[in-house]
Amino acid sequence: MKLKKNIAISESGFLFDPSSGDSFNLNKTGQQIVKMLSEGKSENAIIRSILEEFKVEKHTLQRYLDDFYSMLRQFNLIENE
Amino acid sequence: MEKLKITIAVTGLNNTDNPGPGVPVIRGIRDSEVIEARIIGLAYENLEPGVYMPGLINKTYMIPYPSTGTEAYVERIEEIHQKDPIDLIIPNLDAELYTFMKASSKLSEIGIKTFLPSLEQFEERHKANLDSFGIKYDVKVPKSKTLTGQYEIEKLSDDFEYPVLVKGKFYDAYIAYNPEQVTTHFNKISAKWGIPIIIQEFIKGTEVNVVALGDGMGSTIAAVPMRKQFITDKGKAWSGITISDTELLGITNGLIEKTKWRGAMEIEMIKTNAGEYYLIEINPRIPAWVYLAVGAGQNIPETLVKLAMGKSVTPYKMYQTGKMFIRYSWDLLGDIQEFEQLSIYGELEKQIIST
Repeated sequence: MKLKKNIAISESGFLFDPSSGDSFNLNKTGQQIVKMLSEGKSENAIIRSILEEFKVEKHTLQRYLDDFYSMLRQFNLIENE
Repeated sequence: MEKLKITIAVTGLNNTDNPGPGVPVIRGIRDSEVIEARIIGLAYENLEPGVYMPGLINKTYMIPYPSTGTEAYVERIEEIHQKDPIDLIIPNLDAELYTFMKASSKLSEIGIKTFLPSLEQFEERHKANLDSFGIKYDVKVPKSKTLTGQYEIEKLSDDFEYPVLVKGKFYDAYIAYNPEQVTTHFNKISAKWGIPIIIQEFIKGTEVNVVALGDGMGSTIAAVPMRKQFITDKGKAWSGITISDTELLGITNGLIEKTKWRGAMEIEMIKTNAGEYYLIEINPRIPAWVYLAVGAGQNIPETLVKLAMGKSVTPYKMYQTGKMFIRYSWDLLGDIQEFEQLSIYGELEKQIIST
């Protein structure tokens, strides 16, 4: 999964999509995930990184991530797969 | 570099919640580092806010509505021109464009320039002709039908699925979910703007707009796309943001190239979730949000003036994305003497303090 090109994310968690003009506020975790996606990290690498940092069951995390990714797709923030 | 010193007359000074483009056009010209303009405001009503705003207009003259007839209209322009010579007129309202286009050679004879599309370009992009425009220039348009009488509403369901858009020839657009609502909107719009009424297929998606400028030979001199972020109950943008959309710019360049568009235009399109673009309207003039383009790096009013005056221009290639505008209302205080001047004498001189 690749984040669309040109997406701008500021340190405050403000995400701006210049192709649509849409903007979003990300919480700290969302910001971390989007940052890793923009760095080209794989979904497995993202899971590993979050599991290292937070106390969360892998299957629970997977569910939340799936929700989050579908939201990114819905808002057209992901390159066509 | 010596500045271009000219007198420019501008209409559309109704800076209300349904603003005309006059004020932002003047702001663009005032921002120019190459034009030193004396601005003449042409007002239809004596309470058009632009007339009273500081630092914009040197002198305002009242003019009759275009519905008075081309002759009376042009006569008044000539009268103003004799007193206060005008080099260029930038008309900004839909309802007066036809009159200015028709009178452009007469105006040119007396030394007043305009930079407008041809009557043919003006007519073929009309809402009522959008279907054939789409075919001719290979651009997707929503299915539309022109109604001249209420009796045609009943048969709409043969060709359209509800909801549909009900539009006036120049202004107003409403969404209708059934024939009864079409009738209501038909009556409302036709009472105000006359017939025909245009029925348009409702395309689901996001509205995206472009303000562009064509040189009349097929080249795009400027183009800035914008998405409305907040709209008023009249459907006018109250806030908008410049976006980066190469496909939309490609469609704009294609249209300007094929039509050899001369002058400014606003292209209104719907981008569907599938990424398809449907042309819903072309306004053959500068839109009221043009100052966003100026702020984003393309001073379209300034460039239009240069083109009209036969000066060479370099096409803009860049603009800043993520530039926003937010409109606001502001109680401007004025003196009754100014109102009196305009009401009694039909003219008002204002002091412009240059900075």
